[in-house]
Amino acid sequence: MSILIQQETRIIIQGMSGRIGQFHAQDMIKHGTNVVGGVTPGRGGETVLGRPIFNTVREAIEAVGAQASLVFVPPPSAADAIMEAAEAGLEFAVCVTDGIPSQDMMKVKRFLRRFPAERKMRFIGPNCAGVISPGKGFMGIMPPHIYLPGRVGIVGRSGTLGYEAASQMKALGIGVSTSVGIGGDPINGSSFKDILAMFEDDPETDAVMLIGEIGGPQEAEAAAYVRDHMSKPVVAYIAGLSAPKGRKMGHAGAIISAFGESAQEKVEILSAAGITVAPTPSAMGETLAKVLGMRQAA
Amino acid sequence: MDIHEHQAKDVLRAFGMPVPQGGIAFAPEQAMHEARKLGFPVVVKAQIHAGGRGAAGGVRLCQSEAEVGAFALSLLGRNLVTKQTDAQGKPVHRLLVEQGTEIAKELYLGLVLDRKSERIMIVASREGGMEIEDLAEDQPDALIRMVIDPAMGLLPFQSRELGFALGLSAHQIGQFAIVLRACYRAFRDLDATMVEINPLVVSSAGGLIALDAKMSFDTNALFRRPNVAALRDPGQEDPREDAAAEHGLSYVGLDGDIGCIINGAGLAMATMDMIQLAGGQPANFLDIGGGASPERVVAAFRTVLTDPNVSVILVNIFAGINRCDWVASGVVQAYRELNLTLPVVVRLAGTNVDEGRCIIDASGLPLISADTLAEAAATAVAARPALAA
Repeated sequence: MSILIQQETRIIIQGMSGRIGQFHAQDMIKHGTNVVGGVTPGRGGETVLGRPIFNTVREAIEAVGAQASLVFVPPPSAADAIMEAAEAGLEFAVCVTDGIPSQDMMKVKRFLRRFPAERKMRFIGPNCAGVISPGKGFMGIMPPHIYLPGRVGIVGRSGTLGYEAASQMKALGIGVSTSVGIGGDPINGSSFKDILAMFEDDPETDAVMLIGEIGGPQEAEAAAYVRDHMSKPVVAYIAGLSAPKGRKMGHAGAIISAFGESAQEKVEILSAAGITVAPTPSAMGETLAKVLGMRQAA
Repeated sequence: MDIHEHQAKDVLRAFGMPVPQGGIAFAPEQAMHEARKLGFPVVVKAQIHAGGRGAAGGVRLCQSEAEVGAFALSLLGRNLVTKQTDAQGKPVHRLLVEQGTEIAKELYLGLVLDRKSERIMIVASREGGMEIEDLAEDQPDALIRMVIDPAMGLLPFQSRELGFALGLSAHQIGQFAIVLRACYRAFRDLDATMVEINPLVVSSAGGLIALDAKMSFDTNALFRRPNVAALRDPGQEDPREDAAAEHGLSYVGLDGDIGCIINGAGLAMATMDMIQLAGGQPANFLDIGGGASPERVVAAFRTVLTDPNVSVILVNIFAGINRCDWVASGVVQAYRELNLTLPVVVRLAGTNVDEGRCIIDASGLPLISADTLAEAAATAVAARPALAA
């Protein structure tokens, strides 16, 4: 079993009637993802891509046994859609939406804390590419053909840089168990550490590629977790060595505003925790290959 | 999004914050008029979106109208360079003229969106007037931190604890609660990302007053904060960034000469890193976003070319929701429409890559293709025209 998505996971799409939701739903279905329906308030009873549309997430759970949701709802109501999914009882949600206000995310995180661990929805994103387990299915906007199925987990903030890593790996014959985009926002659902813990427990994952960037404390938190709790090797890359302090580099969260948030500092923190850091973004694949090779030899 | 000090003071005053009396002036005569109304001494402060104004000569205590007029004349219309600006500085188009305050004690009070606790955090210190970065470095123990639960809001005991920790007297605690509540409510109700009162002053008379105020806002929330959006001063921002944003592009101007056109913030940063590692310097960060049309790609070229330092353009696309064929069409269109003569390196990967490469090859233009990120960066660095000796 891979983390998060299985072949049989029953997935709905919140915002499936919209142009973007429909476009990506089609791609997911084409690649074998088990999309069982959609939710668009006020459009209940309609059909999109041969799947039923419901007014609420609760209805989708009752009618088609929905387990997970991909949220394509525009920024003003995205946080509300995520909280609806959590309250209705979904196990897992991914939100791709870029541009959600930070205080809305603060509210979402506070809302999720209301649930006991066994009833708490796993949430990934927002502002992310999504999750893919090659050959099983995906929830998101990534090009699925660039991933070779395999045994290395990828977790990163950036979508496109995750694609870059996957294609470098594929060129070297290294496959992916699951790739998770945690997104570029300052407040997000799952952190690097959360996903690393899942990979550590996953029998289908042997090693992890971690792709961080400037801004925020999550890479440092991940470094401490790897040092203290992980047996599997982790290879990392941190983007933004050339980014000036105090300037926002595209992602709302990619800004150096405190100590330990520059790429140089993060590289030092990760290295000190025993993580192999790729010296350049074009060396992510070969650095990983080297670490896997060393491990096999040992 | 940043706003000016005088705007932040107006915003906070509406939430109950005590601030000095003052007025705004766009011309020396207006500054003199405001000073006359207030009575001397007055403090005249340059309004720019950057700190460090005092040390840079942007703030002066004035004793007469003539002094106000001369100081205003020397500032208005010029750029003020502080240690927080770049070498060009920021233009001064308005001045805040304020009543002078007799200072007994200076405190620091800030509210930020803390990414670790994922909550609003209060940071305070008895050492007001210093930059918070310097304070955090020199005297980390002098900083008092407190986190606010969004479900409960700021609680009265938190204000008391913080007030006593700042060394305020029992009769100032009630007033401090009003100050803190004003900051918190303004932050929460207006989707701020930062409120900073530095210094928060205890006057000789014993009252608390915000001598300076800074606020930044969450651009993602401006759709529901029209009154905040109206406070924007485009004169303080890089016009290229605004122009780029209108085309759905995210642009940040930098110092190098290799113009970058990339999709995705992470890949854009990584490409800049790669250029630097190959011995070059990026001229900009530019993310064309998802689903970019050929027209948006042309707009990206136009944006990059507004920087006269650009001597090479590197296009690096790893298409997921983008399409390489659309990007390639945009590159060809831009090359022809803009009559380009400088070298353009193009690396395409991902969705519709073969179609994209066909368009580049069939164009007959001297576009330089690269297969990998490393090759693209090295080629761009090598393609720079030889520098004049």
